[in-house]
Amino acid sequence: MAVTSGKGGVGKTFVAANLAAALARQGQRVLVLDADLGLANLDVVLNLFPKITLHDVFTGKNTLNEAILPAPGGFSVLLAGSGMVEYSRMTPEVREQLQKVIDEVAPRFDRVLLDTGAGISDVVLYTVSLADDVLVVATPEPTSLTDAYATIKVLATTQGRRAVQLLVNQVRRPGEGRAVHHQLQLVVDRYVSPALDAALRIEFVGELPSDPAVRDAVQHRQLLLEAMPGAPASVAMVGVATRLLA
Amino acid sequence: MDRSQPPSPSDLTPLRLEQALQLLSQSGQLAPQGEPHSAAWLQNLVDALVDLSSRDALTGLANRRSFDAALSRELDRVARSGEPALLLALDIDHFKRVNDTYGHLAGDQVLKAVAGALIDCVRPMDLVARTGGEEFSIILPNCPASFGETVAERVRRRIEHMPIRTGPAQQINVSISVGGAFAPQWVRSTAALWVERADQQLYRAKAQGRNAVRLEPTAVSVVSTDEKRLLFDASRFQDFE
Repeated sequence: MAVTSGKGGVGKTFVAANLAAALARQGQRVLVLDADLGLANLDVVLNLFPKITLHDVFTGKNTLNEAILPAPGGFSVLLAGSGMVEYSRMTPEVREQLQKVIDEVAPRFDRVLLDTGAGISDVVLYTVSLADDVLVVATPEPTSLTDAYATIKVLATTQGRRAVQLLVNQVRRPGEGRAVHHQLQLVVDRYVSPALDAALRIEFVGELPSDPAVRDAVQHRQLLLEAMPGAPASVAMVGVATRLLA
Repeated sequence: MDRSQPPSPSDLTPLRLEQALQLLSQSGQLAPQGEPHSAAWLQNLVDALVDLSSRDALTGLANRRSFDAALSRELDRVARSGEPALLLALDIDHFKRVNDTYGHLAGDQVLKAVAGALIDCVRPMDLVARTGGEEFSIILPNCPASFGETVAERVRRRIEHMPIRTGPAQQINVSISVGGAFAPQWVRSTAALWVERADQQLYRAKAQGRNAVRLEPTAVSVVSTDEKRLLFDASRFQDFE
């Protein structure tokens, strides 16, 4: 499953890491792959200082097994590492190596989450195209909503997606996420589905409340689910995981 | 036996090649070059059969089988090289009427003439295939968006202004509808999806009244003012509830 957003700064990596922890709690073997090769920051979110990264796998310095590390929340991670700046453009070599890595890890986990970069660059589109499902993270902010909509539109058109999942982050009042979903589906029904001659379904997987605990956890570089399992956003995240597994 | 020379298969097993040779000569191909039953001769025979089985008998264009293989190869190339490619789906308008009015022989003449015109309109690296009765497809590798529109329109005009002689005193004019979709660079997709997208545009061109070109818009990430209005107006409304 690819976790993407359109706009940056909406909590994509936060969602990927904490969702992985929530899924792991329900007995799933989960791997989070930092697919934002150019601007990786999953290591920052998880407070990990990896010696071995995807970069070392790509260059052949280390094996894939050596690069798969245990993360605090009971799941595994494959980190991109800062040496990946040179991969911010998708070259044929990077494409092939990434594909190979995913093919190798996919059968060994119940779920692989690809934490993609923001935007709709060719790199992001490519990494998303490697995933069976796409989870779009958006906030109720108009800019985030517009970018999420544009992303959904591009994915439906160029990748033939007929369903994408939506998680609304930082909602200010209960039900706002559902309202955002309703609105996105409305615009999609009006402008995207007719152009495709096919219905594009946006599946609402849940909302996370705007929660001061989230900022604290991020500041302390901890997983929210570990640090404050009782926080409203933690509880909501567990609900999202349950819905995804249903 | 000389060890450096592997035995020719025909030395080991008697081969029944009459039918293959007959097939080649019937389809107007030259007999394979070389000493009969030598390895080189057999290779030429196999090559000629491969060529035969990848072409459409009537028009000489690539057939469905080789089109499918070429399409998969091209998709792989697009995802590797990052060069965009265009797939055109073309269909002769009201072809059934040609057959019904002038007969099947005239229909065959039309198919051949259209096939020849399509070949003339594209670059040597492009693949033109007959993928159905009156349906054709063209794969254009390394095709930027601006070029796609030009070539599709060139094809349409060429057919529109081409009188096809189907008898001593008979000329027919046909038109063609064209749909197209790009394989976006770097994106891994499937051949089936690419064909479906091009076909969808072809249906649009037909619905528009035929003799038309429709390419899938490439600037799909643009969000129009109308879309934005619908996206926000109601969500602002929700805030005031």
